[in-house]
Amino acid sequence: MSYIIDRRLNSKKKSAVNRQRFLRRYKKQIKHAVEESIKKRSIQDMDRGGEITIPRKGTSEPLLHHGQGGKQTRVYPGNKEFDTGDEFQRPQGGGGGGAGQGQASNQGEGEDDFSFSINQEEFLDFMFDGLELPYLVKKQLMDATQFETHRAGYTQAGSPDKLNIVRSLRAAHARRIALSGSDRNEIRELKKQLWSLEKEPICDVNSQKIRALQEQIKALDINKKRIPFIDDFDLRYNNIVKTPVPSSKAVMFCVMDVSGSMTQSIKEIAKRFFILLYLFLTRNYKQIEVVFVRHHTHAKEVDEEEFFYSRETGGTIVSSALELTAEILQERYPRSDWNVYVAQASDGDNWDGDSQRCCKLLSEKILPLVQYYAYVEITNGPHQNLWNEYQEIHQKNPEQFAMQHIEDVADIFPVFRKLFERKTKGAA
Amino acid sequence: MKKQPISTGAEWTFELIEKYDQEIARIAAGFGLDTYPNQIEVITSEQMMDAYASVGMPLNYHHWSYGKQFVETEQRYKRGQMGLAYEIVINSNPCISYLMEENTMTMQALVIAHACYGHNSFFKGNYLFQTWTDASAIVDYLVFAKRYIAQCEERHGIDEVESILDACHALMNYGVNRYLRPKPLTAEEEKERVNAREEYNQRHINQLWNTIPKKEEGDTDSKQARYPSEPEENILYFIEKNAPLLEPWQREIVRIVRKIAQYFYPQKQTQVMNEGWACFWHHTLLHQLYDEGLVNDGFMMEFLHSHSSVVYQPPFDSPHFSGINPYTLGYNMMQDIRRICEKPTPEDREWFPDIAGSNWQETLDHAMRNFKDESFIQQFLSPHLIRELRLFSIVDDSDQPTLKVSAIHNEPGYRRIREELSAQYNLGNREPNIQIYDVDVRGNRSLTLRHFIHNNQPLGEDTEEVLKHIHTLWGFDVHLESVTSDKVTSANYHCPSKEKLELY
Repeated sequence: MSYIIDRRLNSKKKSAVNRQRFLRRYKKQIKHAVEESIKKRSIQDMDRGGEITIPRKGTSEPLLHHGQGGKQTRVYPGNKEFDTGDEFQRPQGGGGGGAGQGQASNQGEGEDDFSFSINQEEFLDFMFDGLELPYLVKKQLMDATQFETHRAGYTQAGSPDKLNIVRSLRAAHARRIALSGSDRNEIRELKKQLWSLEKEPICDVNSQKIRALQEQIKALDINKKRIPFIDDFDLRYNNIVKTPVPSSKAVMFCVMDVSGSMTQSIKEIAKRFFILLYLFLTRNYKQIEVVFVRHHTHAKEVDEEEFFYSRETGGTIVSSALELTAEILQERYPRSDWNVYVAQASDGDNWDGDSQRCCKLLSEKILPLVQYYAYVEITNGPHQNLWNEYQEIHQKNPEQFAMQHIEDVADIFPVFRKLFERKTKGAA
Repeated sequence: MKKQPISTGAEWTFELIEKYDQEIARIAAGFGLDTYPNQIEVITSEQMMDAYASVGMPLNYHHWSYGKQFVETEQRYKRGQMGLAYEIVINSNPCISYLMEENTMTMQALVIAHACYGHNSFFKGNYLFQTWTDASAIVDYLVFAKRYIAQCEERHGIDEVESILDACHALMNYGVNRYLRPKPLTAEEEKERVNAREEYNQRHINQLWNTIPKKEEGDTDSKQARYPSEPEENILYFIEKNAPLLEPWQREIVRIVRKIAQYFYPQKQTQVMNEGWACFWHHTLLHQLYDEGLVNDGFMMEFLHSHSSVVYQPPFDSPHFSGINPYTLGYNMMQDIRRICEKPTPEDREWFPDIAGSNWQETLDHAMRNFKDESFIQQFLSPHLIRELRLFSIVDDSDQPTLKVSAIHNEPGYRRIREELSAQYNLGNREPNIQIYDVDVRGNRSLTLRHFIHNNQPLGEDTEEVLKHIHTLWGFDVHLESVTSDKVTSANYHCPSKEKLELY
């Protein structure tokens, strides 16, 4: 007797836990592999999952087994020409007499490395692991200056300006009806009697009765009128509650020098830096706007395509870009609504007299408005005056202003990490 | 009398599976196959990968190595580097077999014959499985193990549990009893044992961990007495019972891994026989279906195609060669035994006087029940088959500059090849012989293991790593010495490592 069971609808993810355990155990290696792949990948598919390769060494469980050497005898099938006593050289590679162990892959897939796929979320998790934007938590949780007010029904207490007249009068009316109920019943009865009496032929008895009834009705009416038209009890006020809203909007300014000295490869490096920042912000904010500001001697707000790929020449005046940034900030992104991040990339060139002006602009007009300002200098040469000026600012605002030096594509990610590494509580 | 075929298309339905199962069951019973009841489960390829990842068991505790297995399988499957097995069968009562949804009707019938009647009857009949595994309890035990380990993880943290499991997995091959045979005890024996155990425990506690030096006893005899008095080859068992620092829950985890290792031990020892038996029977059963007219030619063509690719043995110089295919060897030996019974040649009469010409069903049944790979090959590998597979043996001695062909398929070579092949399936030869040799009970409680060198084969490079795991379990220093047959120590391993001493 056999039972036949359809298990196809059973849960499929039986191995999910084990898979997570595996990822957890080799976190370090996987993270390393993710970082490597960030370096190699083109930006467009940065936020996709993909294949990850980690060294096979260390991922297998060790076992006690025989090593190479000693005397081994093995039986093989398919003899063609050998006779007893034949001797021949050990074949090179492929494990001499040991016979290929199990599942040697004969395609070019190196068995030294262990590849597997992770999805987008896992990829980004590994990429952003341990990173945290400075003041992010602070801004979101402690900065309770922004409130949203909204209606939440009615209350019986409140200030006069919140009085809801319609509701209050309705309540008064209802109260009056409720309190005068018995009197009105009586009046109705008495009136009925009165009408019936009035229909009858007039005689003394009747007119006396009518007068009595009219007296009674009058008394009751007076009674009824004694109920106050409106009472404290009737007042209704609009209820309005305030809820603190963490700002979930961020704006990111990409500021880049596009003067003649910036080559395409430097721009590429800068681009990667911007993209990383953007990806990181998408993880933390619901809504992100990006503003691209490029400059040589003049600054201009442009779209992404133009920002990265159009060629410009000319000198460099950094302050022009900072001025424009400050303007845009003031016009479009009030501090109360927006978390502002500025990332500036440059090769360090600046017109000599301008650096001081930059310094002033930054500390007076920009830094008070922004959450975080990151400056990366992409150059192989020595630092110039801009770097020195910025260093001063950095010393004054170490938490808000960060600067790093990049030489090569491979440096971006470490720098990125350094810029946004988890700040210890004490430092914040 | 030709009947209507049961089905003609490739599509399967549950009704058809049921019908095939009934017919195959009828024929199998006719051949005298004794099986557990079958539980046939249809699953998807994803579920098949899940099953792969948890060593084929329907459920198992969580461990990263299963996760690794899973991502590996998934990756290779997605890339098309490997196909999935058509079935997985579990030694349980009822015997659970997984059929993949993607299989055609023919494949489902093949799997039913192969797993539900072939493997199933082997699980029920073979002495190793009968001795060492309890088919009716395994699923319940796994449920217990999974729950217990999950509880431990909650209580003591995933990392703690993982480190114990890692250590146990490294020693899994050394967690089995090889020779003990449990026999049912009478009530009296049981009582005696309880007394003996109590007494033993009493003594054992004193002897092992009593660190207060005894006064007037001579030092000499305490130095000579080793603990354990006989070397112990079941390392996990020894650790479970004796490791001084393990918490009770850790001991229980050691025990769980040990039990599961024991459950799989017979499968490792009977791979050739088990697969050979299953292949022989799917071949025989499906041919019988064909003879009765229950399946058509198309069915047989498809069946034979996959049958022959399963039992194909690439020659040693082929790029696809990866050792002797256990399916080929097993299947051919089973067919060969039947041939010897039915149409013995003079050579067979000389080599197998007791089975030549006997009833083939009885002989095969006897072979299935009472052997493991090693003894099965030693007993039944015939010169005929050695010639057919053109077997030859090569000696690889690291002291010699060249490899040497020691035997081929000729008169002087038959016996030698048979012996070599049999030895190749002897687990005792394949795994280094390592035993618990001594515990320094009066000193630093260090544990000494001894590797008895066989054929000059040294230990592999993982040894240090494994020693670390033993150290995790034991809690005190661990030493491993490789000793040759003439009692010379050729290598020492220590954990925590002193400088590694290599004495040649």
